[in-house]
Amino acid sequence: MIATLLQDFGRVTLTAIARMGRGNLFMLRVLHALPSLRFGGPLLVQQIYSVGVLSLQIIAVSGLSVGMVLGLQGYNMLVDFGAEQSLGQATALSLVRELGPVLTALLFAGRAGSALTAEIGLMKVTEQLSAMEMMAVDPVKRIIVPRFVAAFLSMPMLAAIFSAIGVLGGYFVGVGLLGVDSGAFWSQMQSKVNFGEDILNGFVKSIVFGLVAAWIAVFEGYDAVPTTEGVSRATTRTVVETAFAVLGLDFILTAVMF
Amino acid sequence: MVKVRGLSFRRNERVILEKVDIDILRGKITAIMGPSGTGKTTLLRIIGGQLHPLQGSVEIDGLEVPALSTPDLYELRKRMGMLFQTGALFSDLTVFENVAFPLRVHTRLPESLIRDLVLMKLQAVGLRGAQALMPAELSGGMARRVALARAIALDPMMIMYDEPFTGQDPITVGIIMKLIQQLNATLGLTSIIVSHDVVEVSAIADYIYVIAEGHVMEHGTPAELGHSKSPWMQQFLQGLPDGPAPFHYPASDFATELFGAPGA
Repeated sequence: MIATLLQDFGRVTLTAIARMGRGNLFMLRVLHALPSLRFGGPLLVQQIYSVGVLSLQIIAVSGLSVGMVLGLQGYNMLVDFGAEQSLGQATALSLVRELGPVLTALLFAGRAGSALTAEIGLMKVTEQLSAMEMMAVDPVKRIIVPRFVAAFLSMPMLAAIFSAIGVLGGYFVGVGLLGVDSGAFWSQMQSKVNFGEDILNGFVKSIVFGLVAAWIAVFEGYDAVPTTEGVSRATTRTVVETAFAVLGLDFILTAVMF
Repeated sequence: MVKVRGLSFRRNERVILEKVDIDILRGKITAIMGPSGTGKTTLLRIIGGQLHPLQGSVEIDGLEVPALSTPDLYELRKRMGMLFQTGALFSDLTVFENVAFPLRVHTRLPESLIRDLVLMKLQAVGLRGAQALMPAELSGGMARRVALARAIALDPMMIMYDEPFTGQDPITVGIIMKLIQQLNATLGLTSIIVSHDVVEVSAIADYIYVIAEGHVMEHGTPAELGHSKSPWMQQFLQGLPDGPAPFHYPASDFATELFGAPGA
């Protein structure tokens, strides 16, 4: 009984380590193939469109509703202390430091990461990647690199948009509905939100999350078992692993930076 | 053209190919036949350099494939075409763009010339009229023909066909057979067909290798194999359900499994 348990534990651990190893080697291949991107401008633009631009809708809607909820909850809390003038600061700081990067990364994994994994996985199932190799075209250069770079570049921009729209949502609820003074809302925000400490650090977070989300999405697709079930598992793994990685890294980055 | 010597390949300790010797002659259609799951496709992938053999050598046009560096391998692959079982067309590109893909990637030809070349290749497979369609709009047979046009886009010296007839209706099978023969003759190609369709392959192949259980069981011209004395060969060629290759997967005694051990 204990022996079997140990055996299972060993097998699971070994499989996990092997996967991590494959993931790292794959990343090295991708980095090595990055220079090939200079011939692939149109490919990159196309991918930024499908990964980034098409994610705008969900990011904008989520940003707006998160900002509105922040405005409402923040107001209810601050008004007890007569500090509702600080609503702008509270909303902006929560968004820029935490909610923007983290929620964007989670939404991004669900909207774009899963799509990337499924697309690459299905290309593998239908032998398109093999066919490309046999046509003397490296699929890492042609398929993976543009998608990886597009995802990596899109994430920080989406996070910035999320935060900006969130602030507007907070403004709409706080100033528009609850009667906070508009001047106080903006001036408090301006004086208390520090560019170097808050915005830049939030930006660094979104860059790191973007790297991780992009890496996991393309690796899971490329490493998927080429069957229907394999692709569905890989897609699920992309969302779950990205969520864990982003939340774990968020704690570490927050501890280090703030 | 292709010389395979002492080739062995394993997958997770399971022997797929064991000491296989094969010669593929220039300008001929050579078929590799055998039951499903005997490593025929694996053999093609080893010849194409996508898989590394455990042992043995694969020589194409004097080049030792497993020993080639990646750039050299890619250089060699530009002179090889491969037709995949599913066609493997790029699903986000039109038929025209699929055929144009290798030309765009590997040559710097002007657009007008690329257009002419693509139309010529599509005309050769009879699908010039389908150039604007997306792969999802094609039937299985049409997809294979487009894939064939793409495979010959760079005028390769050799084409490998992976199960070209599987799952096609009789008319499509006839078309594909005719195309393989015609292209081989007119373009001076060397063709390798992996298949288990006995009748079709016997009709067009110049030479046949039959692989089973990892070994080359027999080889010869279609006529020679037809007269083979081996009972296994006859079972395979005539498609008999039982014989030296048993109908039943190895199992314990049926009565014992149903009713338990006697006296138990």
